[in-house]
Amino acid sequence: MNTLNTTVTSEAEMPEENVVPVQEEKPAETVIEEGKTVGRPFSDDAKFKLRNVEVFYGQDRAIKNISLDIARNEVIAFIGPSGCGKSTFLRCLNRMNDSIDICRVKGSLHLDDQDIYDPKRDVVELRARVGMVFQKPNPFPKSIYDNVAYGPRIHGLANRKSDLDDIVENSLRKAGLWEEVKDRLDATATGMSGGQQQRLCIARAIAVSPEVVLMDEPCSALDPIATAKVEELIAELSESYTIVIVTHSMQQAARVSHRTAYFHLGHLVEVNETNKVFTSPEHELTESYITGRFG
Amino acid sequence: MPTQKDDVYGDHISHKFNDELMELKTEFLKMGGMVEAQVENAIQALVDGDGHLAEQIRAKDKQVDKMEMDLDEEATLIIARRQPTARDLRLVISVIKMVADLERVGDEAKKIAKLAIKLSEEGQAPRGYVEVRHIGTHVLGMLHDSLDAFARLDSEQALRIMKEDKRVDEEYQAAARTLLTFMMEDTRNISRCMSVMWVLRALERVGDHACNIAENVIFMVKGEDVRHTPVEEAERVVGR
Repeated sequence: MNTLNTTVTSEAEMPEENVVPVQEEKPAETVIEEGKTVGRPFSDDAKFKLRNVEVFYGQDRAIKNISLDIARNEVIAFIGPSGCGKSTFLRCLNRMNDSIDICRVKGSLHLDDQDIYDPKRDVVELRARVGMVFQKPNPFPKSIYDNVAYGPRIHGLANRKSDLDDIVENSLRKAGLWEEVKDRLDATATGMSGGQQQRLCIARAIAVSPEVVLMDEPCSALDPIATAKVEELIAELSESYTIVIVTHSMQQAARVSHRTAYFHLGHLVEVNETNKVFTSPEHELTESYITGRFG
Repeated sequence: MPTQKDDVYGDHISHKFNDELMELKTEFLKMGGMVEAQVENAIQALVDGDGHLAEQIRAKDKQVDKMEMDLDEEATLIIARRQPTARDLRLVISVIKMVADLERVGDEAKKIAKLAIKLSEEGQAPRGYVEVRHIGTHVLGMLHDSLDAFARLDSEQALRIMKEDKRVDEEYQAAARTLLTFMMEDTRNISRCMSVMWVLRALERVGDHACNIAENVIFMVKGEDVRHTPVEEAERVVGR
């Protein structure tokens, strides 16, 4: 520390107690360094390879130089305070941000080594591969059957009525809804309970055999029982799909995900095994957030 | 690893949560202080042949048991109400484990008190009391330091306690050999020396419990479990 001291006093003359650091250093972990994520943001078996991603809303930079791999068949949870950019980042993965005029996405985003933002890319095909479930259940004002059959029909996945029936049944079974609705497939979907509607939306998303399911706070409008059913479903789906879930419930992230990513003011601060994040996170900000020290 | 500060459990958005964690910490230290006094008094009762003090220790052990149950309940309620994570979770889990250690230390003190009564009733010249005093002072220091390390979240001090434990084991072995010599000298010493041996054994266990507490402190601060690992590994964890 003496070498840092700029006063002319020589070391020999200086009383012991005066030998203090020139400036108090902050612990390194409390500082966010742009583009630097602590923990394990990368994977050897990446489904998504995302590098130096930046998202602008007009002049505002909502996502600041984020690099992340999302592994095949993993459940990764995005957590962070409101406005931290987790939903914005999620929506980059199937180009849902395209619908917002002032939104620009920079950086390299690849799904299975194919550029997601290639101008020649068919966005409809991309969204069939990367399905999405939203915060509020949003079934079409149609019958339960037609809600699930909608995607397979427009994508031409079934040639015969019996094929379509199979897809509808399988999707509803995977979504854990079949037993509850098999006798009333013609009933209107909007008459179902909130939890059932959300599981119907999941069934609709998986009916087109996506590879990835994005979930933007899928349980925030559901009661604990319906939430438990959706979480159970996530665990089952993770055997065959890659799942990215944005959640405000830390306990939910802890329960369902393999890895957890903590976002803060547009930065990706930490990505680690979920077990590690909730028992001994590496970054002070992650710790502060998950232990309820700031909101 | 995030840094640890003194007010590390006192800066949640929920003040009630702060209070609950602080209360848990304070009550644990209170129990620690009580148990420490029990061991100290037990040694005193033994070397002074003070049967009255020994009786007091046996009576007070019920209070220690009660504190164990109260702290366990408090920790359980925090988990149920708050679902603590990270350092808060590590505090609650560690307290649950360390409370069991403290209760066992209390039991060892009670055991020593019981032997103190027996020995004072037999009323012969003391044998092996030098060793009792020596090891007693050593393990009491360890217990005190482990509670201090907990209060200050000082993982380096905790590491020092882990290293001390090996020395206590050596001292115990040496003391046992000395007592064996007394027994071989005169067989009439055997019963008495065996009682003192039990006292030494109890003190050695107190050292083990202090060491367990120290290991938990390292877990609380560093987030890594250093139980059943070589001291070198604990050194690496603490040095990070």
